[in-house]
Amino acid sequence: MKMESVGGLIDGIRRGETTARAGVASALEAADKLNEKLNAFLEIDRQGALKRADQIDALDQTDQASLPLAGVPIAIKDNICVRGMQTSCGSRILGPYHPPYNATVIEHVLAAGAIVLGKTNCDEFAMGSSNENSAFGTVKNPWDTSRVPGGSSGGSAAAVAAGIVPVALGSDTGGSVRQPASLCGVIGLKPTYGRVSRYGLVAFGSSLDQIGVFARQASDAAVVLQVIAGRDHHDATSADVPVPDYSAELSQEVKGLRLGVSRALLGEGLSDEVRDAIEKAIAAYRDLGVEIVDTELPHAKYAIAVYYVIATAEASSNLARYDGVRYGFRAEEAPALRDMYRRTRDEGFGAEVKRRVMLGTYVLSAGYYDAYYLKAQKVRMLIRQDFANAFAGCDAILTPTAPTPAFLFGEKVNDPLAMYLNDIYTVTANLAGIPGISVPCGLSSEGLPIGLQLLGPNWSEALLLRLAHAYQQNNPLGALPTIHA
Amino acid sequence: MPITESDIEKIAQLAHLEITDDERQMFAPQIAEIVAYVEQLNAVDTSAIEPALGGLTPEGEQTKSERDDKLQPSLGQKLALDQAPDAASGHFRVPKVLG
Repeated sequence: MKMESVGGLIDGIRRGETTARAGVASALEAADKLNEKLNAFLEIDRQGALKRADQIDALDQTDQASLPLAGVPIAIKDNICVRGMQTSCGSRILGPYHPPYNATVIEHVLAAGAIVLGKTNCDEFAMGSSNENSAFGTVKNPWDTSRVPGGSSGGSAAAVAAGIVPVALGSDTGGSVRQPASLCGVIGLKPTYGRVSRYGLVAFGSSLDQIGVFARQASDAAVVLQVIAGRDHHDATSADVPVPDYSAELSQEVKGLRLGVSRALLGEGLSDEVRDAIEKAIAAYRDLGVEIVDTELPHAKYAIAVYYVIATAEASSNLARYDGVRYGFRAEEAPALRDMYRRTRDEGFGAEVKRRVMLGTYVLSAGYYDAYYLKAQKVRMLIRQDFANAFAGCDAILTPTAPTPAFLFGEKVNDPLAMYLNDIYTVTANLAGIPGISVPCGLSSEGLPIGLQLLGPNWSEALLLRLAHAYQQNNPLGALPTIHA
Repeated sequence: MPITESDIEKIAQLAHLEITDDERQMFAPQIAEIVAYVEQLNAVDTSAIEPALGGLTPEGEQTKSERDDKLQPSLGQKLALDQAPDAASGHFRVPKVLG
C-alpha cells in the first residue's frame, strides 16, 4: 500500500478498502525494509502504533469520519516530546530521557486519529543543515545515499520522501523543514511564528522556532496544518488568530495573483542548475496566469549574519538547562557541582552545539551585547520591514529554497561557515516571522531534487498552500527516489 | 577584534564547557571566522531602528497570555524525580556545591 497520500489512505479506510491496521503494518514494513539504509528513524513504536490502529478501526463510521487524520501514520522529529517515547534531540546529553508529557501538536494529531510511527533522526538540538551533526549517525538522502538529506529535520524529510509515511513533523528555526524538503523532493511548510504551539518542542531559538509539516502533496500539508495550528495557553508566544480552513481554498484559482521575484537573490552563490529550475518554475507560474513582479529585499544579504548572532544567543540560553542535574546524561566522578556541569556538557554535546553555545555566550557577554546581539536585532527589524514593503506590491515571494541540490557527505562538515550558507534563502522567514513553503520543482542533471520556496505575509499559509497546490497539479515531479517503499 | 584561544577558554568557562586543548585549537579559528563574518552588520545604519526583540507578530503581541492566579495541578515530585540521574529523599542529589 502506498504511503504517499493522506487523502488516499483516509478514503481507502472510510470506504472499507483497507484498514488503519493494514496502513500501519505497511508503514512498519517499509520502515523495517528501508531504515537500515536511511537511518531516518531513531525509534519505531511497533506495538503502540498497531494498538492505536486497532482502536481507530474499532470506531464506528461516524466517529471515524470525524477524525481528519484517522489511521494516518506520522513520523515525529526527535526534538518534539511524545510521552513514553525517546526524545533525544539527536544528542547524547539527554541520555535515556522519555518525556512525561506530549507536545501540544502531538495531542492534536493523536486526537485527530493519527498514529505516531516513530521518532526521526535530526541534527543535534536542531543545529545543522545536513543531518551530519546527529550523535546517532547521518541520515541518507533517499535519492542518493552518498548525499545528505538536508537538516536539521533530515529524518522526517527522508521518511516522507521514501514513502514510509505520508506526513511528518519537523521543526524550522532557520530552514530546518524547508531545506531538507527541498533536498529530498517533498513539500516542507514553516508556519507563521505563533501559528503552531511550541509547547513540547525542545527549544533552540525561541524567537525563531516553529514546528513544520512534511508531505508529498500540498493538500496533505494543509490537512496536517489544520490539525496542529491554533492558540495554546501552554505557549505564550502562540497567537490568538483564527485558524482558517486550509483545504477549502486549496483548489481556488491562482490566476491574477502576484508573485514577487528578487533578481538580486538569483545572482551569486546559487548553482546554475537551481537557477534554471527556478526560471522554469517562474515560467510555469506565468502559464497559470500568475503575474510575476520585481521585488527587492535589500537587507537579505545580512540575514545569515543576523541569524547566527540571534539563534546562537538564544540557543546558549536554552541549552543551559542541560546540566546533568534533573534528567539525561550526567558525567561520572565529578568532584564538585561545577565540574559536573562542565564535564556533562562537554561530553554530552557534539561539536556544532558547543560551537554555537560558545558563539551565543560570546555575543551576549558583557561588553559585547550591544555590538552584536542588539545590533543583530535591529538589522532583523530592517529585514522585517523589507518584507512588509515587498508584500505591499505582491501576494507572495518566490525564491530558491536551497542554493544547491543535495551535497555529498563530508563536503561541508569541516567548514562551519560554508555549511551556514546553505540557509541563505530560508533564514529570512524565521527572522521576519513569516510563513514559507518549499515545493519540489525539478531534478538536477544528476537526478537530485530542487525546491522552490514561497514566502508570504503573516498568516498567509492558505495562500501559500494554494500556490503550491496549483504548481504541483500542473508540474508533477514525475520521479521517485532510488530508495522508496 | 580577533578571537584568541584565551578568549575561547573564557567563553567556555561562562558556558560551563570543559573543553579539551584539541577542542580549543579547533574552535578558536572557526569561531573567529564566524565572528568576523557577522561583523559586516556594523556597515548597516540602524541609528533610527528599534530592535525586533521577541519575534512576535503584531497579532502575537496583542494575544493575552495571562491566566487567573489559581492553583493548578503541576508535574508532582514523583514524576519530576522519575528520570533523575541520582534522586535521594525527594531531592536531586548532586556533587558538593561549595568548595
